[in-house]
Amino acid sequence: MKVLMFGWEFPPFKSGGLGTACYDLTKGLSSQDVDVTFVMPYAPKDAKADFVKIIGTNNLSKNIKIKSVKTILTPYQTFESYNEVLVSKKLSGTSDKKEAYGKNLYEEVQRYSLIAAEIAKESSCDVIHVHDWMTYKAGIIAKQITGKPLVAHIHATEFDRTGGNPNQIISHIEFEGLQAADVVIANSNWTKQNVINSYKIDPNKIEVVHWGIDNNNPYYGLNQASPFQDEKIILFLGRITIQKGPEYFVKMARKVVDFVPNTKFVVAGSGDMFEHMVNMAVDYGIADKFVFTGFLKGADVHRAFQMAHLYVMPSVSEPFGLVALEALKNNTPIMISRQSGASEVINHAFKVDFWDVDEMANKAVNILLHPELYEELKENSYRESAKFNLEEPARKTKAIYEKAIQLIR
Amino acid sequence: MVDLCFYFQVHQPFRMRKYSIFDIGKSKEYFDDKKNIEVLAKVARKCYLPANKVMLELLEKHPEFRISYSFSGVFLEQCESWAPDVLSSFKKLIDTGRVEVLSETYYHSLAYLFSKEEFKEQVKKHRETVKRLFGVEPRVFRNTELIYNNEIAKFVEDMGYDGILAEGWDSILGWRSPNFVYRPKTTNKIKLLLKNYRLSDDIAFRFSNRGWSEWPLTTEKFSQWVNAYNGNGEVINLFMDYETFGEHQWEDTGIFEFMRHLPEEILKNPDNHFKTPSEVIDSFPVRDEIDCHHMISWADMERDLSAWLGNRIQQSSINRLYSMEKSIKEKGDPELLELWRKLQTSDHFYYMCTKWFNDGDVHKYFNPYDSPYDSFINFMNILNDLTLRMKKSEDKEVSVDESSGQVDGQTDGEVAVDGLGKAL
Repeated sequence: MKVLMFGWEFPPFKSGGLGTACYDLTKGLSSQDVDVTFVMPYAPKDAKADFVKIIGTNNLSKNIKIKSVKTILTPYQTFESYNEVLVSKKLSGTSDKKEAYGKNLYEEVQRYSLIAAEIAKESSCDVIHVHDWMTYKAGIIAKQITGKPLVAHIHATEFDRTGGNPNQIISHIEFEGLQAADVVIANSNWTKQNVINSYKIDPNKIEVVHWGIDNNNPYYGLNQASPFQDEKIILFLGRITIQKGPEYFVKMARKVVDFVPNTKFVVAGSGDMFEHMVNMAVDYGIADKFVFTGFLKGADVHRAFQMAHLYVMPSVSEPFGLVALEALKNNTPIMISRQSGASEVINHAFKVDFWDVDEMANKAVNILLHPELYEELKENSYRESAKFNLEEPARKTKAIYEKAIQLIR
Repeated sequence: MVDLCFYFQVHQPFRMRKYSIFDIGKSKEYFDDKKNIEVLAKVARKCYLPANKVMLELLEKHPEFRISYSFSGVFLEQCESWAPDVLSSFKKLIDTGRVEVLSETYYHSLAYLFSKEEFKEQVKKHRETVKRLFGVEPRVFRNTELIYNNEIAKFVEDMGYDGILAEGWDSILGWRSPNFVYRPKTTNKIKLLLKNYRLSDDIAFRFSNRGWSEWPLTTEKFSQWVNAYNGNGEVINLFMDYETFGEHQWEDTGIFEFMRHLPEEILKNPDNHFKTPSEVIDSFPVRDEIDCHHMISWADMERDLSAWLGNRIQQSSINRLYSMEKSIKEKGDPELLELWRKLQTSDHFYYMCTKWFNDGDVHKYFNPYDSPYDSFINFMNILNDLTLRMKKSEDKEVSVDESSGQVDGQTDGEVAVDGLGKAL
């Protein structure tokens, strides 16, 4: 089976969980004898995957072809921030025609779609698979050109990303893509419900495929010790954006230190609410309890988990939350919001409503004070993490391809 | 001949209210009266009242019919407060003289495992309550969740009981059948009645299971199974939760109709009878000795203590609880003592069980918490508040008696709370 896949990031060129998700999915699919051609806006020369062949700009290995289309799109960009990048590039004189094609994000998506159309013409695929809104137009055009079924994967809706204040252009594109798709893949029931509520998409064409995680990662076993002697670490790791609920983390911290003053709150990540988060900690008079690491990648992500006593994911709306599984794989207990896909599939975790700061503090204080609670949750959640793998989501995705092909016939 | 001996367990815990760290030192409300009233009313409507009605009909219709109950004290206490009609309907059954009441710990606790002294006090309190409410004095003892071993049998014998109940588990029976009266090893007088878990569970667990090859279970079929024991058994002990009727097995499964017609079907065979546990003890001789060293219970496939004491959070919380015994009793404040005892109800530790949690929903019905961890946190917050209250009143005393130098040593629990206390 041949799949023409449109994405926007692929390790090592990534800024969030989506690149990891695409990497893991294509890796899983290659073991299911699915031949994937992966198209992305910008593929750096070192974009490769050992488990598959990469043809295209760099002809390296077997089952996956990575084709690149140059743009400055990044998956988590909003319309406004895209314009900011353009302006700053012009001001600083670094604007490079090779990188900045379009005048605004909408043009950029158009351009990506048109180039994608050229790729589709040459392709002999059975299915077209697109990942999130920026690739949806490309998918729609590719479907028109090839007549092949379109599978639209939704990793996050515009409503998730913006905390309920969607950009109209983006949500319109999102809607069109979901409408045009023969099958929609949502990464959780939470996402499925959001898609139904926000876009009135027919529930019958939405399939849920929960993410898995690679069981073999050399970083899991680093056993990084905490640098602090008497202070346990509570970790926030993710983009510091409204979607991830950073302010609830700080509010929780303020309450926790009343009970357990010798606690360190480590914030790993960057994003547009970074300053706000720092200011909050200062205003609450607990800045000395905080450590901001900036954006982490590779082994450092895993080290951060391993140092932590508890990982907290207070997302306002988290379509899945792959990072929660990463924490478990690193033997770190987690507290995750009920407004997440991960909370649907993980039993051994603290689950809270993102807004319920008191309850978050209640749980955090207890796990800081009671080693038996920490040990019990850690042991059970680590054991549970073994049930997540890459094969299951890939197997389900392949079955969906087959269903989509049937639908078109 | 083969006789049937029914024993029904009737219990409802005092469920705790949501109690967070922010309540410690501020709120003295530990229990969720609203929820407890709701649950009691619901179970009364679905189970206790209709089931008692069926039992009364049967007692009136069949002079031969016999049953027995064991009520937890905390159940009776809730009935007295919130469901006097339920209490009087049980009283009506007991007044027939053909319904036996068994003895247990008032708080449906695991006290035997942690404090023999506390255990005896709770059994005594239960006896007094049963005497006061029903005018009867139990001769037969059943420990919480049928937790049992040789030592318990001996201890209970020394307390003056004639009989004790236990699970008829294969590991203690070996090749032998549960359908005889046994003598616990190391005892002289007390008799042991063992649950026939196959026939009991056919009613209690499998009755409505459509995947079961014997579904649907009819009174004819069940009676045939009972009759098949004729000649190689003397008594079949059918032990189960009373909530089997209408609550675990809903009314529409036909469970009430099954019970309503079972006695007449059983009694068609003139060799069959119904007996209460005391009648069984008086009628049948001991046929053999049962040697049970390790603790068994009637719970789960394991039939051990792991449902209550299987993991760290269960062990730690219950050890903390019982470590307070000495100081709370010396304190002599009846309110604190009563709160401490209500925290001993085994359900609180059952909620913290993690062994089924992978399956997600298996035991959700029994559990008011979203997770075992939430249950532990709630319990520890309450325990910390109780410790704080005890300490506060101690501090007062200490300041009064300072000259005499009477200062109690601190327990672990108090030390842990110390940090919290400072913060508060």
